[in-house]
Amino acid sequence: MAQGRKTDVSDPHKEGKTVMSEKITGAQSLVRSLEQVEAEVVFGIPGGAILPAYDPLMDSKSVRHILVRHEQGGGHAAQGYAAATGRVGVCMATSGPGATNLVTPIADAHMDSVPLVAITGQVSSAAIGSDAFQEADIRGITMPITKHNYLITNADDIPRAIKEAFHLASTGRPGPVLVDISKDALQNETTFDWPAFVDMPGYKPTTKPHARQIKEAARMIVEAKRPVLYVGGGVIRAGANKELRALADLTGIPVVTTLMARGAFPDSHPQHMGMPGMHGSVGAVGALQQSDLLITLGARFDDRVTGKLSSFAPRASVIHIDIDPAEIGKNRVADIPIVADVREALIQLVPAVTAEFDAGNRADLTPWWKTLNNLRETYPVGYDLPTDGTLSPQLVIERLGKIVGPDAIYTSGVGQHQMWAAQFIGYENPNTWINSGGLGTMGYAIPAAMGAKVGCPDKAVWAVDGDGCFQMTNQELATCTINDIPIKVALINNSSLGMVRQWQTLFYNERYSNTDLHSHSFPDFVKLADAYGCLGLRVTEADEIDKAIEKAMETNDVPVVIDFRVHRDAMVWPMVAAGMSNDEIQFARDLAPKWEREEA
Amino acid sequence: MARHTLSVLVQDQPGVLARISALFSRRAYNIESLAVGPTETPDVSRMTIVVDVDDQALEQITKQLNKLINVLKIVEMDDSTAIGRELMLIKMRGDDSHRAAIMQHVEVFRGRIVDVSGEAVTIEVTGSRDKLEAFVAALAPYGIKEIVQSGVVALARGGRAIGDRAVRG
Repeated sequence: MAQGRKTDVSDPHKEGKTVMSEKITGAQSLVRSLEQVEAEVVFGIPGGAILPAYDPLMDSKSVRHILVRHEQGGGHAAQGYAAATGRVGVCMATSGPGATNLVTPIADAHMDSVPLVAITGQVSSAAIGSDAFQEADIRGITMPITKHNYLITNADDIPRAIKEAFHLASTGRPGPVLVDISKDALQNETTFDWPAFVDMPGYKPTTKPHARQIKEAARMIVEAKRPVLYVGGGVIRAGANKELRALADLTGIPVVTTLMARGAFPDSHPQHMGMPGMHGSVGAVGALQQSDLLITLGARFDDRVTGKLSSFAPRASVIHIDIDPAEIGKNRVADIPIVADVREALIQLVPAVTAEFDAGNRADLTPWWKTLNNLRETYPVGYDLPTDGTLSPQLVIERLGKIVGPDAIYTSGVGQHQMWAAQFIGYENPNTWINSGGLGTMGYAIPAAMGAKVGCPDKAVWAVDGDGCFQMTNQELATCTINDIPIKVALINNSSLGMVRQWQTLFYNERYSNTDLHSHSFPDFVKLADAYGCLGLRVTEADEIDKAIEKAMETNDVPVVIDFRVHRDAMVWPMVAAGMSNDEIQFARDLAPKWEREEA
Repeated sequence: MARHTLSVLVQDQPGVLARISALFSRRAYNIESLAVGPTETPDVSRMTIVVDVDDQALEQITKQLNKLINVLKIVEMDDSTAIGRELMLIKMRGDDSHRAAIMQHVEVFRGRIVDVSGEAVTIEVTGSRDKLEAFVAALAPYGIKEIVQSGVVALARGGRAIGDRAVRG
């Protein structure tokens, strides 16, 4: 490990603390703290108030700093890093605009429970509140979008704040924590005093499930005739995919994985019914709607999954396992609430269900599977090719998944390309699908891919992006080229804000107000890629798709951008229109499936 | 909808009041009254929050408050088993013709005259919301110049204290 580094092992002669008597600056203390928590990379941009921190950061042997082009990119990169590795992502910015540029990634991390620590410089404590140059109350601004945040004005408090921030970000329900440090706290002298333990009496996440509730859940599971495992992103954050697999294999119960949970359960598994929700498969939506028991694992009954809440899964009882007690009963009443780490809960649930089976309690799921198989055979997720011979965006994405395979990491922006990437790539492993689910942040893909590639340099990392999203954050391609982060970009260029255009087609009489980006003309994405030192390719014909993807896979010295010029009228199907019941799902335009109304 | 009184123990740290009030506004719950003050334990403050919400919203409020790192403990104060008090200061037009009548009301409501000047008397009174409302109604005919009123502070009856297990962690 790095020089001058002390491990977090307590020294009994010093009450378990790592105290160094030498005088150092607050900034040095910050860098040492980051070394103590084993942060390996920080994405950031220096500026006036944070400047003192950047001087010792230059000398750190273990903390790598990557200079990004926009703080938002730094924040999303830290998210991508965190989502790909399961570690805490770290971003850094100066006060005022530097800090406010982090607001979007912080809000994004809050919605998607991404472990993130944002460190911001603040004006000197004497100037706080005076509307000083580049002053913004970033602690106040981020209060509703962080798990917790700090304003540190005393150099002595820096190690404790960093230790607590990393602890909070990575435990319980993960989330973003902001540490705002005034410039004088960074400049003043202090001694480095690393706390042996965190002392937060108001923070004690419940991770162990209640044994009686587990038993009760097991009983309900074996008795249900039409159960569904409703799997959310919490299963991925908890690293519970193996345990989920064990429960699914044991019980034979169908599985749906939400947008945040793609990869938590293999798409190739015969019990996988696909993704539920607004653009979910008919099989997944139908399974939920007709279910008599939702075994809800780390999911939060988001409106994009439930559609009109009052008609969501109307005949289902609910087992709800979540580490955040506030999610239980928030949108849907739980019959069996279980507050726990979902992995620990599953570890106990599997033997409890086995015991029920051994006692001869097991409902026959054959009729249920007959219904579901019929549904997915009748309504497979698919698409029509454009009749005018232009490129199909779905075909591009499907080929990408086929050629690149399930070992790569895929990130996406927000919109049509995101939904197609969720539908057609095919995920087998957790942490391989990284997107902005809750906040829906356009521009997420490129910086998130950059962070994921930094965290997993041996994996191919593909950003599936749209031309709208791409133009929000593509400057990070410079960061990628310069820092040897060879991501690959599949730019699904339909020359418009595609999802908004789809809604205009469906709900606004095809009046395309401000959704035409003209990006088949400007900018020239191949030239832009070239200008950034990337390999730029353009694909306009279906028979060029595979060759371009293969060329990208062979290119590992620079980032690659493939400008796929696709048909602009392609739409995402199936679709449950906003605010409608899941029962109104349309398989294609004006084409709604009918559920088999089986009597319970 | 019903009125609920929550006692919330919090770490006395900068920003904690903002975190709590921001939570209520973000989740669209109205605070009817809020009172904050120190407790028997150093660095621990107690907030008494009165909200007018249904039971499901109350459960969400409690859970969301519990997620705040600086919140140590939350207990709902039941009206039948807790003592709730508000403090009111009232400034009355105090010419001699009414002073005797005012004094009489003050005595009945067990208030106190805390300031007297040529043209005004200031009265201090504590009690439940109902009592204070009745007091104001009684005094109104004599000319109220100014009222200031605290939020409710509440304490459970009996021997147990809210912080018995909360702070030791």
